[in-house]
Amino acid sequence: MNQEIIKTTNVKKHYAIGKQQVVRSVDGISIDIYQGETFGLVGESGSGKSTFGKTIAGLTNPTDGSVYYEGNNVNNLSKKERHRINREIQIIFQDPQASLNPRMQVGDIIAEGIDAHGLAKGKARKERIYDLLERVGLNPDVVKRYPHEFSGGQRQRIGIARTLAVQPKFIVADEPISALDVSIQAQVLNLLNDLKDSEDLTYLFIAHDLSMVKHISDRIGVMYLGNMMELARSEQLFDNPKHPYTQALLSAIPVPDPTLSKRDRIVLQGEPPSPVNPPSGCKFRTRCPHAMEICSLEAPMWKEIHADHWTACHLYS
Amino acid sequence: MSLLKVNNLKVNFKTYGGTIRAVRNVSFEVDYGETVAIVGESGSGKSVTVQAIMGLIKKPAGEIEKGNILFKGKELLQLSQKQLREIKGKQISMVFQDSMTSLNPTMKVGKQISEVLLYHQHVSKQEAKARAIEMIKEVGIPNAERRYEQYPHEFSGGMRQRIMIAIALACNPDLLIADEPTTALDVTIQAQVLGLLEGIKENKNTSIILITHDLGVVAESADKVIVMYGGMMVEKCSVQELFSNPNHPYTWGLLESIPNVSNKDKERLKPIEGSPPDLFSPPKGCPFAPRCKYAMDICMEEVPRLYDVADGHSSRCFLNDEMAPNIATFSEVEERV
Amino acid sequence: MSREARELLFKPVNKKESLSEQIIRPSLPIWKETAINILKNKLALFGLVLILIITFFAIAGPAMVPYSASEQELTKNNLAPSSEHWFGTDDLGRDVWARTWQGARVSLTIGLVAALLDLIIGVTVGGISGYMAGKGKRGDRIDSILMRIVEVLYGIPYLLVVILLMVIMEPGIITIIIALSATGWVGMARIVRGQILQLKSQDYVLAAEKLGSSHAKIIGKHLIPNTMGIIIVNLTFSVPSAIFSESFLSFLGLGVQAPFASWGTMANDALGVVIGGQWWRLFFPALMISITMFAFNAFGDGLQDALDPKVRKKGGK
Repeated sequence: MNQEIIKTTNVKKHYAIGKQQVVRSVDGISIDIYQGETFGLVGESGSGKSTFGKTIAGLTNPTDGSVYYEGNNVNNLSKKERHRINREIQIIFQDPQASLNPRMQVGDIIAEGIDAHGLAKGKARKERIYDLLERVGLNPDVVKRYPHEFSGGQRQRIGIARTLAVQPKFIVADEPISALDVSIQAQVLNLLNDLKDSEDLTYLFIAHDLSMVKHISDRIGVMYLGNMMELARSEQLFDNPKHPYTQALLSAIPVPDPTLSKRDRIVLQGEPPSPVNPPSGCKFRTRCPHAMEICSLEAPMWKEIHADHWTACHLYS
Repeated sequence: MSLLKVNNLKVNFKTYGGTIRAVRNVSFEVDYGETVAIVGESGSGKSVTVQAIMGLIKKPAGEIEKGNILFKGKELLQLSQKQLREIKGKQISMVFQDSMTSLNPTMKVGKQISEVLLYHQHVSKQEAKARAIEMIKEVGIPNAERRYEQYPHEFSGGMRQRIMIAIALACNPDLLIADEPTTALDVTIQAQVLGLLEGIKENKNTSIILITHDLGVVAESADKVIVMYGGMMVEKCSVQELFSNPNHPYTWGLLESIPNVSNKDKERLKPIEGSPPDLFSPPKGCPFAPRCKYAMDICMEEVPRLYDVADGHSSRCFLNDEMAPNIATFSEVEERV
Repeated sequence: MSREARELLFKPVNKKESLSEQIIRPSLPIWKETAINILKNKLALFGLVLILIITFFAIAGPAMVPYSASEQELTKNNLAPSSEHWFGTDDLGRDVWARTWQGARVSLTIGLVAALLDLIIGVTVGGISGYMAGKGKRGDRIDSILMRIVEVLYGIPYLLVVILLMVIMEPGIITIIIALSATGWVGMARIVRGQILQLKSQDYVLAAEKLGSSHAKIIGKHLIPNTMGIIIVNLTFSVPSAIFSESFLSFLGLGVQAPFASWGTMANDALGVVIGGQWWRLFFPALMISITMFAFNAFGDGLQDALDPKVRKKGGK
């Protein structure tokens, strides 16, 4: 296996709301992301996947625990180092409408990072913009246009070009295709896949659409209420899910094939509890079809049950 | 006679930028106890079509240029506001995507259900309340009596969507229109809500129009499918036909662009290249022609008519014309089946 | 079309370049699009035309008649409107036409200068406050000090401020402008602060931070341009409100003093004589106040619509 590019140790992110209450958005996650892989992160709303992604991207500081980038603790860096690492870790946002300044021309949007880091000037800058536009499949003529003149998929490409401009090594893609139409999602997914190879990138790909995640990811982590429930290679996770939550999540995906008889779907009862008052022990136990007494008493250990297949569930204790 | 018959519906919107031809010549029927799915991307006109059925197209911005909407043989477009209100909520009701903005935040949810009953069914207050509690139970919400007294913000997204469904079903409508009812929900909650809709159809013989962009949802819930693109109905068929014998190149593109979960190997996705048409200046011919791999000169010139390709299966594509050349069939789908 | 000709059309299109990626919509700079939207909005256009007409007469009006605004001709007092005195004369035989347009100069000057002062103070205070909020302890303190000042000023009725100022300063144009601006800018400051706070959490600002853009660039390129619309709109609404306040104060005798005439003082002077049948003394200044208020408000309304990004996006669903 490759070397790890990101390592998190027991990362927590809590937000205080009101006087006494604390939202445990991310509640102790330790994972490694390897150089050159696409790490898929799935979970339902409120699972903390987006907060975890933003914490890794350095947009917010963890409440507890540390994030390491290439072996350096990112919360403990010299100013110069931080500047470099900030450039090498980038983020692609979900809403291509909100992530582009409506008052700026496309060329200037893409050049934002180039200018900020002084990567190119004058003619070289212009050529770099043209090159980036071409690489994301847009016609270089569009540099003088404004974001609202583009469709959703095109805007997302502009966002990707802007990110690529600073030559990042690691990109957090925070639901980059969720806001797009089905026929456009595949375009953007293919683009991200191509760029990964040509630019030597590593992705943390956050999504709630499991079929898309499976398609792009090498490994997938499943989050629930701020905790990682299961982590495995993507085929392994889909073929042989271990955690009851993963099993339910996979069986809930509607399959585009009417000839398949309705499979034995595990329909979970109820809804996820609030991250303000998570259940004791295993956080999934309130909806788990296999819940045992032990589950309410202690939180299951995060352990490797097969090679490269981790889960936190008392069924495998 | 079918329950609902939409004939040559045309809807326009006037905006700052010009006139949007949101729906162009859409015709379809919904039979009793049938689920019809309308599939399309944003801007395809799928939501506007059902808004027209619900009488939600308001002048001066929106205008139904022409067409008929026959509900049990009665022309909805000719009815007065009062007559329409009698039908809306009682015989036809609607569930929206965003349950937060569709519920009144300052009113107890129970009241919002019983209000519909009081308005349409002339029952006493006690009866309405009892019915409302029954409805809350029916859509699978525990502690119905306590929930009756709560406000929308005390419910989660999935619960609110169930309340919306309860309101919609309060008067036992013949037709339920669900506009992307599960899009805002998580998959595990989506499974619950789809199961609920399935149960309603089976137990009460309610017809459902389901608007969605998710072909998985279509495959699991629909009997008949209408595929819309650029304001037009491009294909109409049974759900089995859609997946086993799709005819329109746009439908092919849609089917190809979704990854198959059961697929073992990670082959490259085949997206539909290009972007959806600009509704202000739609292409002169077939709206899909600029993105279509098989486009012919004729496709750029005129809008194709609906060709009947099989029993109950029609497609708006010139490839079905006798003059069209034979092209390779949709092999990918054949592989699937 | 003949069958043969038609048959010819049934051949695959030779697509050199993917037609679908072309952007058909013409590219328009934002100011141009705004201008077009205003021209399309009949009410706003009407307002703009009225503003221009009033401005024209304020400049040229007094010179169109052979009388000056302060010239007294006691033999020709209290004349009804006629071909000689278009708007009639007052009790001192002064020409009401000349006085009305002289008053327009005073009113418009006060309105514009007060609005401009509102703009400068309000945008500076609101901008600093909004940008500093959330930027560490020091930033939060600056924000809260500025906002407390705003709140205190907001709580003082401006009439009180005016009366106090009149005690210390001489009544007149300058005093009125100072009095109006002393409290008038708080509205602008609040709006700008709110807007900046909202913009700061936009994805494109986060992206700019992540790409390494400096604070100056973020303020200059992202925050200010996107606040401009709301500032301009607010400006067009603060002009009529300043004009009205001036008229109101002058009417109460707290404003412009003789020999200067403003619409308010003219209306005040006319009060006693209207019942005697000299309707023109009250009618014309009152009409001008109403038209000016209407014109600026109508124009501001149209501008608001024209600058609203939601309208600019055009359509949607």
